[in-house]
Amino acid sequence: MNIQDKTMVEAVNLALHHAMGADERVVCLGEDIGVNGGVFRATVDLQQRFGEQRVMDTPLAETLIAGSAIGMAATGLRPVMEIQFMGFIFPAFEQLITHAARLRNRTRGRMQCPLVVRAPFGGGIHAPEHHSESTEALLAHIPGIRVVIPSSPRRAYGLLLSAIDDPDPVVFLEPKRLYRIQKQPLADDGERLPLDTCFTLRQGSDITLISWGASVRETLLAADRLQEQNISAEVIDVATVSPIDIETLCQSVARTGRCLIVHEACRSGGIGADIAAQLSEQVFDCLQAPIQRVTGFDTPMPYFRQEQWYLADPEDIVHAAVSVVHYQ
Amino acid sequence: MESLATVIRYLDDDGQACHELPLWAHEMEPLLECYRWMVLTRLFDQKAIALQRTGQCGTYPSSLGQEAISVSLGQAMEAEDIFVPYYRDHGTQLMRGCGMHELLLYWGGDERGSAGGPAQDFPICVPIATQCGHAVGAARALQLQNKPQAVVCTLGDGASSKGDFLEALNLAGVWQLPVVFVLNNNQWAISVSRQQQCGATALALKGIGAGIPSLQVDGNDTIAMMDEVTRALERARSGGGATLIEAISYRLSDHTTADDASRYRPDDEVQQAWKREPIARLKQFLMRQGAWSDALEQQWQEHCQHAVAAAVKHYLEMPEQPPEAMFDYLYADWPSVLDGQLQTFAERRQRRLGE
Ligand SMILES: Cc1ncc(C[n+]2csc(CCOP(=O)(O)OP(=O)(O)O)c2C)c(N)n1
Repeated sequence: MNIQDKTMVEAVNLALHHAMGADERVVCLGEDIGVNGGVFRATVDLQQRFGEQRVMDTPLAETLIAGSAIGMAATGLRPVMEIQFMGFIFPAFEQLITHAARLRNRTRGRMQCPLVVRAPFGGGIHAPEHHSESTEALLAHIPGIRVVIPSSPRRAYGLLLSAIDDPDPVVFLEPKRLYRIQKQPLADDGERLPLDTCFTLRQGSDITLISWGASVRETLLAADRLQEQNISAEVIDVATVSPIDIETLCQSVARTGRCLIVHEACRSGGIGADIAAQLSEQVFDCLQAPIQRVTGFDTPMPYFRQEQWYLADPEDIVHAAVSVVHYQ
Repeated sequence: MESLATVIRYLDDDGQACHELPLWAHEMEPLLECYRWMVLTRLFDQKAIALQRTGQCGTYPSSLGQEAISVSLGQAMEAEDIFVPYYRDHGTQLMRGCGMHELLLYWGGDERGSAGGPAQDFPICVPIATQCGHAVGAARALQLQNKPQAVVCTLGDGASSKGDFLEALNLAGVWQLPVVFVLNNNQWAISVSRQQQCGATALALKGIGAGIPSLQVDGNDTIAMMDEVTRALERARSGGGATLIEAISYRLSDHTTADDASRYRPDDEVQQAWKREPIARLKQFLMRQGAWSDALEQQWQEHCQHAVAAAVKHYLEMPEQPPEAMFDYLYADWPSVLDGQLQTFAERRQRRLGE
């Protein structure tokens, strides 16, 4: 098996090639995904290999991209639609929320909607206004859609393949800050990673650090620094932020007794709040300190000159983790 | 109706009059004014791209080759009219009083860049076509308040595929709103060509379906653009309702500085398009009329170079916003329940700055 070092965006591309090669029903649609290979190059060479029938450049119309993907999915295809930036997913919300999420439920199983929505999201690449928000909680709030967020090339490859296999709609959010930041050896072996499952990235006994997407990177760096202070941190990548594998999180927090949740999205009404609530419902007796969060602020993502003030860095995480560990 | 009768133009590719000119165009001053702004806009554009290339500005959308559209709008609009722009109208923004340093601030990732310009003008719209709704809303407000002003809404050919645009056109037709839609058809929406965007022969046909006077104008012909925009504005201001102008142009640059158009666009197409670009065309016309000369050109180029250099200096020398500026202007009154976040921020700030 040919193993090569791949970035996350290359891993996405590899998974798309793999899925389209293995199953004729898989089609891709979106803006600029064909000749141009996507503005981030995630769909590069797909149209060359699979043709314009299966790799479709659409007119500039997100409502239509989502609506037509639903039609395709219900009629025997497996559409993978790209929303160029998550900031432009909102026109597709009506279709995703009112139709994709409940087609199976409404028709009592007569119809299904096996589509994947891919969208790059999050800050940290000096993008213009409206390009850097992390609005995963808006989608995670909707029953009937899965929201999956990879945090490394290998998880991007394995999770995207599972998302495409999945018989229900999956929103697959790609933290674009991670697209090219790291390479991992990757074989195009078609190996799937499970959805609805957290990944424990690092074992530890003093505190559980919970994160997903781009902040997993800073969280892991923070765990290294905590180690230097003799604090042993467990790091868990939530990966599927809806529905959440709360079981894994509970087991870890029950063991460590302390928990810090780190996310890039703004603070209020977020997935971190939900995880904290579920943990206090289920493992309150084991907690030795209040659950804390390191998050973005309840402000719009600032234009890029100030985005570093919005994004937590490893020191911010270390600082918060230390206060949780030292809580009496 | 399969197509519109004709694309309106007065100047051919070489800047020769190919139709009898409108009366106003016998006066040179308005056209000279347009020409000067077009040259300034292009120099500004070059400088913005250079700043981006040297890491001093963010992603920037060039207006190269489309200056006549922006500048005709700037020239034909009254100060009290309302401009609802998309992101490629630097020329109009400058003419309406945005400073060049403010445009640089905006594209340089600083909120203060959105603070400038006339109070009633909307900020640049990045999400495609969403501004069209604002334009009809503003037009309705003017109509209900009996104000004799007009709204100008600009958008691209890609934007014409969005429901937002069609829905706004529809309402403009129903309520006879004082709004002018100027559709900048520069032939490409990033890598998607005009033909892949819409099966109709003219994008302006979409306005016909909404019951709105709709026309195709050579967007690189300043005289044609000025004439039609002025007429549409007069119609809007006098209760005659909306107009859709499809301004046919060409994007001579990459989509933005983050794009590489050579990946999807044939070179010879771009070469051909250069022969129709608006600045050389108007210059040839003005020279032939004896209204412009090489000496005037040189003077004006120097003037613009100085103006751009001064704006860049101003931009680069502006002190950074304080870190907590992201909390400013979020609400008219700061909700005290959010104080905890300000506190967290203050601690972060202290830690990071080692205060
Ligand atoms: C709703 C939405 N979808 C996608 C984008 C990403 N995007 C930015 S510009 C652009 C192409 C716009 O083309 P057009 O409307 O023709 O205007 P042009 O840039 O060519 O002037 C796209 C797809 C966006 N900004 N907003």
